[in-house]
Amino acid sequence: MTVNDLNAIEVAALDKWYGAFHVLKNIDLTVATGERIVVCGPSGSGKSTLIRCMNRLEEHQRGSISVNGILLGDSVKNLDAIRREVGMVFQHFNLFPHLTVKENCALPQILARGKRRRDAEEMAMHFLAKVRIPEQADKYPGQLSGGQQQRVAIARALCMTPKVMLFDEPTSALDPEMVKEVLDTMVTLAEEGMTMIVVTHEMGFARKVADRVVFMEAGEVIEVNEPNAFFDAPSHPSTRRFLANIMH
Amino acid sequence: MTGFDVASTAVHIEPSAPPKQPRRPLLQLFFGDLVASVLTVSTGLLLILMIPALNWAVLDAVWATDNPSACRDGGACWAFIAAKFRFIIFGVYPPDEQWRALLVMGLILAMILASLSPKLWGQRLIAAWIACVAVMLALMWGGFLGMTPVPTSSWGGLPVTLLLALLSLGLGFPFAVFLALGRRSSLPIPRMLSLMTIELVRGLPLVGLLFVASILLPLLLPAGWSIDKLGRTLAALTVFAAAYLAEVIRGGLQGVPAGQIEAAKALGIPGWKAVWHIVLPQALQKVIPPLTNTAIVMVKNTSLVLIVGVFDMLSAARVAATDPVWGAPYVESYVFVALIYFLICFGISNYSRWLEIRVQSRSYR
Repeated sequence: MTVNDLNAIEVAALDKWYGAFHVLKNIDLTVATGERIVVCGPSGSGKSTLIRCMNRLEEHQRGSISVNGILLGDSVKNLDAIRREVGMVFQHFNLFPHLTVKENCALPQILARGKRRRDAEEMAMHFLAKVRIPEQADKYPGQLSGGQQQRVAIARALCMTPKVMLFDEPTSALDPEMVKEVLDTMVTLAEEGMTMIVVTHEMGFARKVADRVVFMEAGEVIEVNEPNAFFDAPSHPSTRRFLANIMH
Repeated sequence: MTGFDVASTAVHIEPSAPPKQPRRPLLQLFFGDLVASVLTVSTGLLLILMIPALNWAVLDAVWATDNPSACRDGGACWAFIAAKFRFIIFGVYPPDEQWRALLVMGLILAMILASLSPKLWGQRLIAAWIACVAVMLALMWGGFLGMTPVPTSSWGGLPVTLLLALLSLGLGFPFAVFLALGRRSSLPIPRMLSLMTIELVRGLPLVGLLFVASILLPLLLPAGWSIDKLGRTLAALTVFAAAYLAEVIRGGLQGVPAGQIEAAKALGIPGWKAVWHIVLPQALQKVIPPLTNTAIVMVKNTSLVLIVGVFDMLSAARVAATDPVWGAPYVESYVFVALIYFLICFGISNYSRWLEIRVQSRSYR
């Protein structure tokens, strides 16, 4: 088996509790390299928790997660290796407000990879151009619109050259007129073959980009299907109810 | 026409200037209503009450004389300050060597001016400060390049006040950061140690701490060990500053959203680098006003060292006023020292306001 044949992410028999609350129940999910997965479901269903387990922002208690063949566990070395492979975009952007846009993209490369400042800034400008925002490089995040901030956050994650990108409700905190610019950036990324796992309620995006849609409810994976089948002929009653609610 | 014209387009409206606010007449400003009138009248009364003080300080004052007996007729004796100026500023530091203490103060001023702009903050500036402090202490001590050695018991006046304030804050700050981080740690031992240190030090009055450092500490040390008295005093001030700064910094740390740490983790930034480059700068930006407050309090707290016999500026002023030749001009002496403290603290306060505006305007809309 060559490296390319490895699955990007393998989640097996995963359980997680917050205190006594059983938030993830026996989750199995395999994501192939280059695959685009959209995770949806009602709020509180554990979608965000699931992807936050994948780079250890949350710890799981049972089962296993491996990323590009590296097992996620208590090994600090493995965790560092996994965080090198996985980039993440947050609902509330989480840009560093005390740094300029360019610094937001350059400093993590210097701190985490020991890159030289010049190389890091070059990389930063490359990806800022890619998300079509290079002219804002010297501004501070607080001076940008929400959509612009989220595109900077995507550029910042891409600067670390991840193999997998996790998106945790990337458009939920945006004003409606800014959703499109962020989704367009994500579509471009998908077209370039990035492995993506996206928690979102943007069903148009799911239909257009996803290879598979994962529907979760109450901590369980209820249904996994191709987007057309998922939207046009959902098999599970919970899925039908959810789709009826969000499609109005 | 009533109802909506479905296909209407709004006519473009040019932006215009807001209407002019008429100036309020002065009479109305000062006596417009009851509150304004009461304030105006009471302020006026206060000013009238201050006339005798003004008479004492300015009109009846003796500004320059070589003859101390000229100072006996009621007004302030500023001639005394002129005569004792060097003593109040430099204390008992040997007069022939006072240029060294003056040079130290010049260095402090130059370094402070060089550190004002946040653009220059960084490891290089910290290194420059450490080097400069070493040079300052060497200058004060002497004993090389033909400079007479001056023991710390002969140091005095404003240089001692400035060095104590600067060093207690500068040395206390890194401790404070560790205490603040320790107190928020999820590990029980650092958390308990930090909590105990902070609560213990805050629970003691500074005077008590100074007594412990200057009297108890030498008794506790094994025979043959001794730490210089000025050093012990500095240690007490440092611990005190650290405890208070720690609580201020902890407040700032609490204001940094959890998402910032999560973003740093997700990017693979190692923990301590994330704290230093991501969390701390944001935490400190949020607590500029209380940090300033602590700095000002510490500058004034250094005056308490006179209780354990360290010869700071206030001690020098007190001793100067006991000179029997001059008629015990304590008030003049204290007013002069108060003025110097005020200038220092007012400077710090203005600087912090400038810093706050700068930080806010660049980071936030």
